[in-house]
Amino acid sequence: MTRSIKILGTGCPKCKTMSNLVHDVVKENSIDATIEKIEDIMEIMTFNVMSTPALVIDDIITIKGRIPSKEEVLELLK
Amino acid sequence: MFDWIQNIADWLIYGILGMKAKSHLAEALNFFIYDSSKILILLFIVIFFMGIVNSYFPIDKVKNYLSRNKLYGLEYLVASLFGVVTPFCSCSSVPLFIGFVRGGIPLGVTFAFLITSPLVNEVAIGLFVGLFGIKITILYILSGVLLGTISGFILQKLNLEPLLTPWVKEVLANAQREQDKFYKEKQPFIKRLPVIWNEVMNILRGIIPYVIVGIAIGGFMHGYIPEGFFQQYMNKENLFAVPIATVLAVPMYSNASGILPIVQVLVAKGIPLGTAIAFMMGVVGLSLPEAMLLKKVMSLKLIGIFFGVVTLCIILSGYLFNIIL
Repeated sequence: MTRSIKILGTGCPKCKTMSNLVHDVVKENSIDATIEKIEDIMEIMTFNVMSTPALVIDDIITIKGRIPSKEEVLELLK
Repeated sequence: MFDWIQNIADWLIYGILGMKAKSHLAEALNFFIYDSSKILILLFIVIFFMGIVNSYFPIDKVKNYLSRNKLYGLEYLVASLFGVVTPFCSCSSVPLFIGFVRGGIPLGVTFAFLITSPLVNEVAIGLFVGLFGIKITILYILSGVLLGTISGFILQKLNLEPLLTPWVKEVLANAQREQDKFYKEKQPFIKRLPVIWNEVMNILRGIIPYVIVGIAIGGFMHGYIPEGFFQQYMNKENLFAVPIATVLAVPMYSNASGILPIVQVLVAKGIPLGTAIAFMMGVVGLSLPEAMLLKKVMSLKLIGIFFGVVTLCIILSGYLFNIIL
């Protein structure tokens, strides 16, 4: 099943770090997933998060307000 | 408490490098090593401690608390106090603002949080302890909290809701004292530790270059600017010094980490502490990039009023510091 990954962030350095990290994890482990970066604040607000960057996997908020480690992301995608 | 760092610095400079004591360069290097080690250790302790607090006290909890409880006028102070223990990066200010407003938290209370949170953060506290000592640090924290409380209260009384952008007004109309469900991380401390540790290292890695450069510049100035040099221009009697310092500081967006060590030298060379603190608060608390972000939720007029009220309060606290210190 293709996983759907969304990264919510308004474009601050932290959000970019998170985005690169997730891309790396998906690539390195050949995970079948779509990655979408959401930068529009109104769209971000529909997810009800208050701190960015946030990582949404299959429409569930998994991480918010901090940059996770690669292992953590991999664990979440398993 | 920090004698051992001094010993290490002495050993390194006079022992290992074999430099002569009393030479200017040796003393400058010694001071630099002592100062930067001490400050980095303090920063580490404060950031780590705040990381632990924050891990158990996420922003969602703060929001739910403020939204649920009637606090009879104390809500400004409570929001401001929450701001101290809840760091947030300025790019989160908009989602945070909307989240608060949607939870039915009054605009002024939201402002109180938004003002104190960047003003009194873990990096600033760590640096203040290292550079100015505990007493001044506590004064700084207290005035930061009061500043947020008072500014928030004033902003609430100004009835600014009509100045929000249309889509935020819509959010406001649908506001309810709802309790957002959030995914509680029910993890034992030992499992949280790696996450907290990573955050601490991330923050430290980001600020260390600024701290080092700041201390180096500070150390250099220390040797070359004569004692009391600024006294003639910026003494306490000069009533314009505080407002000018504050207004200059507002558009500046720097890491407190780079500027604080320099400010400390300026204070040592005769700039009154209140003036210096007003400058610091302007730099740390208000910034143009933040104003740009807030444009998504506020009209320019509202941003102007917000910045105006906070600037005014900073100037007042600068005067207050100069009077009592």
